[in-house]
Amino acid sequence: MQNKTRFSALLLFLGPSLAVIFVFFFLPVLFAFAMSFTDYDIYSLGNFHYLRFVGLKNYSTLLSDPLFWTALKNTFYFVLVGGPLSVATSLGAAILLNSKFIKYKGIFRLVYFLPVVTTLVAVSIVWRYFYHPRFGLLNYILSLVGIGKIDWLGDPTFSMPAIIMLAVWKNFGYNMIIFIAGLQNIPSELYEAASIEGASAWKQFVHVTIPQLAPTTLFISLITMIGYFQLFAEPYVMTQGGPLNSTLSIVLYMYQEGFRWWNIGYSTAIAFMLFFIIMIGTIVQFKLQKEGDE
Amino acid sequence: MKKSLVIFIAVFVGVITFLPFLWMISASVMPSGAANTFPPRIFPNKFDFSHYTTLFTRLNLTKYLLNSMIISFGVTLFSLLLNSMAGYAFAKFRFAKKKGLFKFLLSSLIIPAQVTMLPLFLILKNLGLINTYWAIFIPGMASIFGIFLIRQYAFSIPDSLIEAAKMDGATEMQIYLRVILPLCKPILVTLGLFTFMGTWNDFLWPLIVMTDANMYTMPVALANLMSEHVQDTELMMAGSVITIIPVLVVFLALQKYYIKGIMMGSVKG
Repeated sequence: MQNKTRFSALLLFLGPSLAVIFVFFFLPVLFAFAMSFTDYDIYSLGNFHYLRFVGLKNYSTLLSDPLFWTALKNTFYFVLVGGPLSVATSLGAAILLNSKFIKYKGIFRLVYFLPVVTTLVAVSIVWRYFYHPRFGLLNYILSLVGIGKIDWLGDPTFSMPAIIMLAVWKNFGYNMIIFIAGLQNIPSELYEAASIEGASAWKQFVHVTIPQLAPTTLFISLITMIGYFQLFAEPYVMTQGGPLNSTLSIVLYMYQEGFRWWNIGYSTAIAFMLFFIIMIGTIVQFKLQKEGDE
Repeated sequence: MKKSLVIFIAVFVGVITFLPFLWMISASVMPSGAANTFPPRIFPNKFDFSHYTTLFTRLNLTKYLLNSMIISFGVTLFSLLLNSMAGYAFAKFRFAKKKGLFKFLLSSLIIPAQVTMLPLFLILKNLGLINTYWAIFIPGMASIFGIFLIRQYAFSIPDSLIEAAKMDGATEMQIYLRVILPLCKPILVTLGLFTFMGTWNDFLWPLIVMTDANMYTMPVALANLMSEHVQDTELMMAGSVITIIPVLVVFLALQKYYIKGIMMGSVKG
């Protein structure tokens, strides 16, 4: 096997997939980048000659666009509150199912995991009724413990928390599976040594479980963050970005600008801001992890 | 004491997790209006399956189900073929810049798909492919994650097997078809499952490229139905049940492959 693979074989095996990825992924990325410096809109869509190069104008407009800032703020709210909440719920569920007291682990795991595999649009619709101020199950349950009616999706204070609750419910099972594997990889001697030294369950959790899970947690936080920055279907189905734009996300704003109003140049600039933010977020997470290690 | 507390919490979380599904199924078989009462009913007091018949007769759901089936199976087949060939090549072929090329592909996973959507839409529009199945087949045919999964698995295939086949005079294509594919069966099931479910559940891209109501997928049709029938709680729940059932059945049948895929994807390559 020392000799190189023949070129014809490379072409046959790698050609089709690399061609698809190049033409339908990398090329569009480059096009999008170029388009974000133009005033590509519905007029240029009809006649290409109307297209003009506008430099950084889309980006500067974006920075003074109050709707963009609202979308940015909402998305950060979702990522910074919903993200950690999701990761913590996943870890809690993993620890719960890793407990020696639980029998029939497979059934519990399956039930916890069900929301992950179901269609987001369908469950968003279910939750929309679940949140109904008058007939919704949630307000009924809350009324049993003495909490008055909340207009979950109609009140700007509660709309984003409502979307976060749906997202936590929908996603915690996925990361739970990864956490369970991480927990099972922690050598039991570490716990034995800690309990000989008289460490409480909480101390063991802080000094053994958390540090041992650090690489797993970094990976999970990263994929959760990247996914959550792309929030779209939940607000699209449940609130259309309302009330008072309180659930307008970056991707929803990009969709509206691009595919509803055909402000294509402007919309690609929004998409690139999203890309830029995700990149910064990834770098920050790696930095935080490094500092934690030292 | 501690034991019963742990069990209580686990059951409680399970009930909360399952409650939305339970209510969805039960509301879907309530008579019209019965799901909008206070206090809410968790179980139907009378069974009424008419919402399901309405969906399939008056609301054309069969067409959308068929669209979703064709699209999901099509993308799955194409992606299994292209990704398995490329994944195998990245694992076993020898060529210059192989590592560098693969690293470059992996690092581009950070680019969110939304960045590509407008240009991709315009390209497909110029090719006359908007409102055809190809608008979803083509971008879904090859995926970096899919190539990554197959490559990880194909590493474990011993070189000696490939060598032996070469000695026997097998061509690269014959080796791929007769040696590699059969050995990769488990990972192909995993990738197929991920692709099928991902395509079935996808919303944003079908929403963009399927503007003609005849071409809607289930999630797009459901979101659209919502805007006209928001008051018909029971009908919407029946629609949700039908949307979820196919992915649920596929998942339940092939669970263990799905879990394996999560684990493989979470091992940094």
